[in-house]
Amino acid sequence: MIEKANNPGQRFKVYGDYKMRIDKKEILHTDILIIGGGTAGCYAAMTIREHSDYSVIIAEKANIKRSGCLAAGVNALNAYITKGHVPQDYVDYADKDADHIVRQDLLLTMSEGLNRVTAKMEQLGLVILKDENGEYVARGNRNIKINGENFKPLLAEAVSKLSDVTVINRLNITDYIVDCNQIKGAFGFSIAENKAYEIRAKKVLIATGGAAGLYRPNNPGFSRHKMWYPPFNTGAGYAMGIRAGAEMTTFEMRFIALRCKDTIAPTGTIAQGVGAKQVNSLGEVYENKYGLTTSQRVYGTVRENLEGRGPCYLRTEGITKEQDESLRKAYLNMAPSQTLKWVEAGKNPSEQNVEIEGTEPYIVGGHTASGYWVDTHRETTIHGLFAAGDVAGGCPQKYVTGALVEGEIAALRMMQQLDEETKLTRDGRLYGNKRMEVAGKSEDADLAEEDKTGTRETEQQLLDAKIAEYDAFLQNKSALFTVEQLEEAMQKVMDTYGGGIGSHYQFNGKQLDMAEEKIRQLQVLAENLHAEDMHELMFVHELKERLTVCLSVIAHLRARKETRWHSFAENLDYPDKSDDWLLYVNSKMEDGELKIIYRDLVEKGETYEHSN
Amino acid sequence: MSIAIDSMKCKGCKKCTTVCPGSLIEMKENNRAYIRYPRDCWGCASCIKECAFGAISFYLGADIGGMGSKMTVSAEGDLLNWQIEKTDGTKEVVTVNKKDSNKY
Repeated sequence: MIEKANNPGQRFKVYGDYKMRIDKKEILHTDILIIGGGTAGCYAAMTIREHSDYSVIIAEKANIKRSGCLAAGVNALNAYITKGHVPQDYVDYADKDADHIVRQDLLLTMSEGLNRVTAKMEQLGLVILKDENGEYVARGNRNIKINGENFKPLLAEAVSKLSDVTVINRLNITDYIVDCNQIKGAFGFSIAENKAYEIRAKKVLIATGGAAGLYRPNNPGFSRHKMWYPPFNTGAGYAMGIRAGAEMTTFEMRFIALRCKDTIAPTGTIAQGVGAKQVNSLGEVYENKYGLTTSQRVYGTVRENLEGRGPCYLRTEGITKEQDESLRKAYLNMAPSQTLKWVEAGKNPSEQNVEIEGTEPYIVGGHTASGYWVDTHRETTIHGLFAAGDVAGGCPQKYVTGALVEGEIAALRMMQQLDEETKLTRDGRLYGNKRMEVAGKSEDADLAEEDKTGTRETEQQLLDAKIAEYDAFLQNKSALFTVEQLEEAMQKVMDTYGGGIGSHYQFNGKQLDMAEEKIRQLQVLAENLHAEDMHELMFVHELKERLTVCLSVIAHLRARKETRWHSFAENLDYPDKSDDWLLYVNSKMEDGELKIIYRDLVEKGETYEHSN
Repeated sequence: MSIAIDSMKCKGCKKCTTVCPGSLIEMKENNRAYIRYPRDCWGCASCIKECAFGAISFYLGADIGGMGSKMTVSAEGDLLNWQIEKTDGTKEVVTVNKKDSNKY
């Protein structure tokens, strides 16, 4: 037995218990399983119940009241079709911001629903700023202003009122069950008790969010989780899809946020709210020099620093006292640490410009186009598996409202498919052979309904095998490294060789090769970890998920041989942009190898649907 | 970035352990809450909003410029009163009305 140093305040501070094992198990059956009770997942559940009686289980890793991106709140809806605009305007904006590597069909179907879901949220109690005529007050061309401190509690409360929607909190899903490219459900375990789950479902919606924590963060020490994106979004949905052979798109379009230094609080509220410009240490406005797309704003800040004109700021000095007060309140509703910083420093933004910096890169389909390759109904390339929100690719700039719309679109299609399949089953055409097979054992209608992969016996066997995998980590006595150590190693590799903050977001082919080699080594080490309890078993799986996503990011960065987006994908071997690369870089795991697939752009007026 | 829980004020209601989006808060054997993974706190402040006893405060880590001030929040009808107590004992309160939208 290897003893590890006691390390107060860090993970794995206690050691020596290798007796823990999973001693409870449960197999559940539902029509629809929603993995992730965040923005998209909750809205999907509401949509399903509004239109049907299909049973729903929401598997949530934490607790749906505050889980996901909206824990602290949000104070604007960044995707809304304001007066005088049409959905296509939003599509055009997102298309330009991503320099054309978007799915026009996905953007349009999303944009068409933005105002519908906003109205629904207002009905649920969301406070939206209105003018004297009762019209929403726009911030710029696409935003409206809200008090969204309680956005997530509003959604969670609405879900709690739905009949036959079972929310299982603290259930960490680790793997899909897929048979012949058809989704059958998922496996997971509770972090509240020593229990494993097998959830059999006819349709599954993956809505687990994007991936944070792949790269060394801005604040790598005590405040390592003071980051832009939820540190608890670890790319589980991506990793499960990659391993199950789902096609993924555009992982090379990483997202890097421009944020307030240290607190990593949003800059948009200051930039748009009080019109603060990006200035360098000489006081020069530099944003116009590099362009105003999301990636160009980050890139400009990187260049100014590299050329000796840092630090960079948002110029807030000279704003009014009223503006100071409004900003302090605005931040309390979404990023309270920034208000704390102002008060603690004894200096309001009117007295001191707000220093800004780029974050570490994230993979997040709500801002860039990374994620599952889906059709317009948000079905993935695995039949019956749908994706919505940050895990769904091709549709950047979706933000909160776009995630709601995708939850709705996916929900409607899942119900439609279930309606059709139920009708076929009644007619005896679908599952006909299986019904005969099981008829010998039982006349039980439930059994006949049971999926094609087999009987309750095989379900038990599969769950027992999964439990053995989980138990192996709980009982492993030979672990030398901890999850924390391997996570740090992974973040260092990605920072150094995969274009992180430390390398100014730049990389070349040789570095990517080294990153891949080192991540693969870490994957081997990650199979030999010890988890003290169920919570730490979750940490083990989160690390494994991140390593899987890292390899996809590396493969995609390597495959796009151009630099279309500065900073987001700054390939030093190919520093220029080329029209030859007006295409999607997709990938798919086949026989353990990640295969790159290039696909033609889905342009304005075109629609992509899966052909098989 | 993290939180501090005052075990003298904690009543053992467990609401903070439920709401934390990272499930980072657990109960000690004496039925008092503690943050098991202080370095893993995102700083979302969900727990301090949930605590009716003012037992949880929020502070900035020294690595991100924290100087020891602690923030708590209490609800009063539609009002959220955010109180920041500095190390010299001075206090500042910023009140946000839940019915008021962000103006920016």
